Amino acid sequence: MSSTPTPEARARYWRKNLSWLGGLLAVWFIVSYGCGILFVDQLDTIRIPGTGFKLGFWFAQQGSIYVFLVLIAVYVFVMNRLDRELLGAEGDDL
Amino acid sequence: MLDSLILAQMDPVQSWTLGIASVTFAIYIGIAIWSKAKSTGEFYVAGKGVPSVANGMATAADWMSAASFISMAGLISFMGRDGSMYLMGWTGGYVLLALLLAPYLRRFGKFTVPDFIGDRYYSSTARIVAVVCAVFVSFTYVCGQMQGVGIVFSRFLKVDKEAGVMIGMGLVFFYAVMGGMKGITYTQVAQYCVLIFAFTVPAIFIAIQMTGNPIPQIGFGGEHLASGEYLLDRLDGVSAELGFGAYTEGVKGKLDIFCITAALMLGTAGLPHVIVRFYTVKKVKAARSSAFWALLFIAILYTVAPAVAVFARTNLLDTVSNQKYEEMPSWFKNWEETGLLKWEDKNGDELIQYTGKTEEGQPGKAADLAVNELTVNRDIIVLANPEIANLPPWVIGLVAAGGLAAALSTAAGLLLVISTSVAHDLVKKTFRPDLTDKQELRLARFAAGGAVLVAGYFGIHPPDYVAAVVAFAFGLAASSFFPAIILGIFWKRANLYGVITGMVVGIVFTTSYIIYFKFIDKAANVAENWLFGISPEGIGTIGMLINFTIAIGLSLKTKAPPEEVQRLVDRVRFPRKAFADEENE
Repeated sequence: MSSTPTPEARARYWRKNLSWLGGLLAVWFIVSYGCGILFVDQLDTIRIPGTGFKLGFWFAQQGSIYVFLVLIAVYVFVMNRLDRELLGAEGDDL
Repeated sequence: MLDSLILAQMDPVQSWTLGIASVTFAIYIGIAIWSKAKSTGEFYVAGKGVPSVANGMATAADWMSAASFISMAGLISFMGRDGSMYLMGWTGGYVLLALLLAPYLRRFGKFTVPDFIGDRYYSSTARIVAVVCAVFVSFTYVCGQMQGVGIVFSRFLKVDKEAGVMIGMGLVFFYAVMGGMKGITYTQVAQYCVLIFAFTVPAIFIAIQMTGNPIPQIGFGGEHLASGEYLLDRLDGVSAELGFGAYTEGVKGKLDIFCITAALMLGTAGLPHVIVRFYTVKKVKAARSSAFWALLFIAILYTVAPAVAVFARTNLLDTVSNQKYEEMPSWFKNWEETGLLKWEDKNGDELIQYTGKTEEGQPGKAADLAVNELTVNRDIIVLANPEIANLPPWVIGLVAAGGLAAALSTAAGLLLVISTSVAHDLVKKTFRPDLTDKQELRLARFAAGGAVLVAGYFGIHPPDYVAAVVAFAFGLAASSFFPAIILGIFWKRANLYGVITGMVVGIVFTTSYIIYFKFIDKAANVAENWLFGISPEGIGTIGMLINFTIAIGLSLKTKAPPEEVQRLVDRVRFPRKAFADEENE
């Protein structure tokens, strides 16, 4: 084993992980519970131009699911980067 | 010879169904033989060697049950915007899984959720509580799958429901008992392909027919070719006219929808048969990316479903509303025979009145409408949709095969959880630690076989509460496992006393609420009597909050978990290589 990360490096890794989690989960909450449930009626007054979709309805039945996918993709990307930061090239092989 | 004689007597829909179902069954069996499990590691977690795309597909098939395939679009079709809670609830949980659970549990290693709970909370009581929850949740679920198999067989092949369930049982028995997780995983990959093809092909056909756009997700926001209006506007208009209320507006309370969605999401993230899938991949990295693949494959079905719901609703209203009963197409009579579609000519005019007005009336809204005469079981929407839209017989056969694939793949995954829980968590870890790998493998196969028989029995003699107990499965998973796992990973201070008490109180609260409203006093099951207007389906969310509160409060009042448990948490949080060698063991 080459170099083991210091406890400080580990703490930094965990802090970054947690702040990304917080951010991504906030978006998760806003698109599903916010746009799809709590504020759906307000958003429904807006129509997506050129379609029959009211915005709130679209978020509830389509949009939220697409956003969920993006959120996971971002997390996969971020964590792979954090792993590399912590462990160098070895981070690719976990 | 005999075969061709039998085939000659069948209508084209039946022969296509039989043909497609047989081919898919042969494929599943072939895969099972090819991937026979040789050790407990292969039986429980497929030797931890499944590539992440394949695992994503298998997870998707595992997750999408008979309910997702057969019932969900139908439910949405009748609920309109309120149906969104199923769409968001059953996909949003994957975000939680990918971000909060899967990578950590994979890094923990071992085989099961009770393993984690037992080790993290250093107690075999905790392990047993977890095992009991896992088995109960899985059994609830698997009975529903077997029933789904029965429905498909009885409608499309005109065989007895019993015979249908037997065939399904035989097949699951064969590949689950022999192949274990390895067999199941690769069969599920095949089943995913069958079910997604079967779900999207008819949707594409109908989207082209109705809107001229081949992509259903976009098509249902487009124009309705027949009327020139936007499809959703037209459906809103027609529904409102018939007293059903506008399709794109909701009627349920916001808080209730909020809680149901949350219970479904947190339940998804706590369901043992979903979590165990993330143990089957090689690396932690692969656990993260397979959550992405899983949701991608699930999203294909879940974004098409609301489109199917709109198409089917419009088609149904156009085909039956105010039409002569005599002129109904053959699918109408076929479904009438199964009892899932019922018509009673209440005003004797030989026309089908399909309205939102009940005998008791619906004052104000639908005063001048005729009383409703048609009862449509929600489950038939997806199965009947291709027939209602006049699609060719092979498409209908395909849908039947897809429904079977969805039911069988989920059933297999659940049976494996049951057998693992019994053989590994209960017998090996709790009572007989001296079992050899060979003995444990034999025991696991026996347990899987036993579970298939019990599930088959309940498939043939469904307790009338199957539908009601589905709320249980999610509510229980949300109010028990979810907080225990989250705290276990993210809060080192969480200890045995807090978490076990939290789990028990969470379960007892959720269970009693559901039992009271679903079994003891069914008449009281209306919004006025509910706690804060939250239905039994959504109460798991409150149970979860209670669980968290107690777990945190009590953990703080009692002593911190031992040193080695805190080290275990560190090992779950960081990549293995982040520690010096001596810290690793």
